[in-house]
Amino acid sequence: MTEVIDLLLAVKPWAGSFLLLVGAIMGIIGAIGMLRFPDVYTRVHAASVIDTGAMTVAIVGMLLLAPTWTIAIKLAAIWLFLFITGPTSSHALINAAYKANLQPLIGAEARKPQRPDGGAS
Amino acid sequence: MIGAASLGLIVAILLLLVRALRGPTLYDRVAAVNALGTKTVLLIGAIGFLLGRPEWLDIAILYALINFVTTIAILKFFRYRSFQVPMVRREDS
Repeated sequence: MTEVIDLLLAVKPWAGSFLLLVGAIMGIIGAIGMLRFPDVYTRVHAASVIDTGAMTVAIVGMLLLAPTWTIAIKLAAIWLFLFITGPTSSHALINAAYKANLQPLIGAEARKPQRPDGGAS
Repeated sequence: MIGAASLGLIVAILLLLVRALRGPTLYDRVAAVNALGTKTVLLIGAIGFLLGRPEWLDIAILYALINFVTTIAILKFFRYRSFQVPMVRREDS
């Protein structure tokens, strides 16, 4: 039993660094989606899903790296705050865009190649 | 490996900055800046662990708070053209 605990303690920093790297790669994927999607609604979809997901993975990685309990509690506070406010701000953003009569691209219009200035409207 | 993660987060921030500068509408820019703020929180934490000073997480908490308030304030200003409007539901909206 002690061997298992020693092995877990030895592998913990590596697992934390790996999860942090995975979170960073997910962030790059979300940024590419933000660059390539055609209109506001799809872009915010990519940004908000990736924000919550990549943030959770990276903070779990940092929790595995945390040396003391104080650091771990601060990380948990950051996670809770971002987990609540990320979807809230995305919702407010899309609500404002919809109230400003910004129409989403639907159907054949969305499959047309992008204009050189990078998007619709 | 934490350094590679920090580099990846910096690359993501640069890509989001391209969208924030090019974005055709206001909402693209606000979405890019919001996502950029979340990535910045993670970057501050990662650099804190990279340099062996995890106390930087205090700054990360502060940045997360400021980021949310900034997004809501920008959206409110560009919808009502003023900060001095109560955010309650009106009957005609």
